[in-house]
Amino acid sequence: MFLPVSPTAGPLERLWHVVFSGLCLAIFAFLILPLVIVVPLSFNAEAYFTFTREMLSLSPEAFSLRWYRELFTNPQWAAAFRNSLFVAVGATLIATTLGTVAALGLAKLKPALRASVMILLLSPMIIPIVIVAAALYFFFTAIGLAQTLTGLILAHAMLGAPFVVTTVLATLSGFDWNLVRAAASLGAGPVHTFRKVTLPAIAPGVISGGLFAFITSLDEVVVVMFLASVDQRTVPRQMWSGIREQLSPTILAAATLLIVASFLLLLFAEMIRRRNEAARASTYKD
Amino acid sequence: MSAPLSAAQMAGASPVAMPADIERAARRVERRQTFSAAMLVLPLIVLIAFAFLIPVGLLLFKSIDNPVVAEGLPETLIALQSWSPADGLPSDAAYLGLKRDIEKAKANGSLGVIGARLNQDTPGARSLLQATGRKLDAVTDADPRQAFITIDKRWGEPEIFGAIRNAGDRYTFNYYLNALDLTRNTAGDIIAKPEGQRLHINLFIRTVWVSALTAFVCFLLAYPIAYLLAHLPARRANLLMIVVLLPFWTSILVRITSWIALLQKQGVVNDALASLGVIGEAGRLALIYNMTGTIIVGTHILLPFFVLPLYSVMKTVNPNLVRAATSLGASPFTAFRRVYFPLTVPGIFAGSSLVFILCTGYFITPALVGGQNGQLISNIIAYHMQQSLNWGLAAALSTLLLVMIGIVYFLYTRLVRDQR
Repeated sequence: MFLPVSPTAGPLERLWHVVFSGLCLAIFAFLILPLVIVVPLSFNAEAYFTFTREMLSLSPEAFSLRWYRELFTNPQWAAAFRNSLFVAVGATLIATTLGTVAALGLAKLKPALRASVMILLLSPMIIPIVIVAAALYFFFTAIGLAQTLTGLILAHAMLGAPFVVTTVLATLSGFDWNLVRAAASLGAGPVHTFRKVTLPAIAPGVISGGLFAFITSLDEVVVVMFLASVDQRTVPRQMWSGIREQLSPTILAAATLLIVASFLLLLFAEMIRRRNEAARASTYKD
Repeated sequence: MSAPLSAAQMAGASPVAMPADIERAARRVERRQTFSAAMLVLPLIVLIAFAFLIPVGLLLFKSIDNPVVAEGLPETLIALQSWSPADGLPSDAAYLGLKRDIEKAKANGSLGVIGARLNQDTPGARSLLQATGRKLDAVTDADPRQAFITIDKRWGEPEIFGAIRNAGDRYTFNYYLNALDLTRNTAGDIIAKPEGQRLHINLFIRTVWVSALTAFVCFLLAYPIAYLLAHLPARRANLLMIVVLLPFWTSILVRITSWIALLQKQGVVNDALASLGVIGEAGRLALIYNMTGTIIVGTHILLPFFVLPLYSVMKTVNPNLVRAATSLGASPFTAFRRVYFPLTVPGIFAGSSLVFILCTGYFITPALVGGQNGQLISNIIAYHMQQSLNWGLAAALSTLLLVMIGIVYFLYTRLVRDQR
């Protein structure tokens, strides 16, 4: 992972090179270690948040699946996983559909108009989440959507849609609109053209935008705190109470599962991005 | 689906001047295209309006909306119109009006709400109203003032009527005064709150300070790794990019959980330091549940937001410029300082303003690891929303926070424009 040193470098430069490499290594460790550390801790046989002496000496009795058993047999956690998945899938479907369609429209607007519409569409990303959650609490209570899964899905769809708009718009910037013209000249209607020509071309953008929306919903806790009752608790909400009330290693087990899930999603997103780049490179070669 | 060609482009493509009717037709086509494009954007705008713009607008309106006392004690307020606390106690008409208002409020069950609203400015007003409501039969037309004073001697002080009048405006700026640690005295003049009650300005200052510090620490950590990523061969850079992105993709609560496991008094870091003998058992470091915790965890969470824009700017820096500088005799350090670094400044601006803006709105991290002195402005907004139930104040604080973020965003766009 290190930069090459030029063969003409003096001793000072070589020394700096070593220091710089060590520095980078430390920063990467800062980024990744906190995620790695929970994995072994979640197999702790004791109710501690740290490594016991027995764990450090690697004695097998110090490790157990106790907290995972707890996680899977506890009805609260089971309900939380169900709610999280339901809300995330619902929100992702809405955000991806509306976001993709909107991006197609935005790509055809005049730049000045597009810029102002974009500010409107992206504003949920900068406004502090507490303000959004408080606002949703009042409005959704007034119209009867508070404490419903529908309300959560709509709120999360709104939070995720800007990601879909930006990723799809980025993919569309490399899209050859002559393909659409060609399809139209061959007699395809707009819907048919979209399904057979546009969508396959922009699919990588749609999928990675959708993944972002999914992750956003899966990770969101503040809106859930304001809008959900006990019946709509999601996994992050459950972890929130776990951290606040009784710090049990069950949340380490839940955290480990979520890390594995996000790692898989990240690999999936990377794969799509590379495939897209490869596809684009081969198009331009032809 | 038709092509995004504008009339101007079509006109530009043709070397011959277009006859007027063709130009009109082209413009009509263009209007139709704009319309159909707008129709595609519409559904998302509806969602954003429904789940974002309207709710946030209504919340901000709550910061000036003040119906409770105006609608709850109307007769009292009419009688107090030409009164000022300097005149001493108000007229009998005010006391009689108050009696009728309290009776009505008791009948429709709104006395508690009115009391709660008055309590925000005058602690104790709620119980005063409730107690008075129970003994209201003692008040007669003969001497209502004395009867009220007999029920509770606070009715014999002009302050409570000043408070009622201050809270009686249908629309009010009092929540903003409160949010800025100001208040009105009973005569209605704006004065600073007593020393011990000035919370919000300090919280705003602390929020700005923590955000600036986090942005600075992120800059120190992001610059080396963005540089490394931008200069490594693509394959290895991609691999390392995953290390940057994985925390980004991992649930924020997971990251907070792991930081608690690492940093708490009986956590991994303190255990390791103690067993190495660096610190004694009594000297375990307080790394979390305070401002240090907020900044450490905040830096970890926001670092990718600094690395990514900085990295993309560094990728666009032409390596020949640095080579040219060294070939002209600059030392590697001078070449970096005079050539490379200035070219990456736009990335630093983008990263630091992004981190700063995200950090000012920070809620989850300070709430879970901030302890007493690591709470930020978002936390006090949530407190007024959920615990003190002073929604007008929460709305006023939200508005001020939005204004602050707007100013930072505006400054950032100005800076970026000046850079170009």
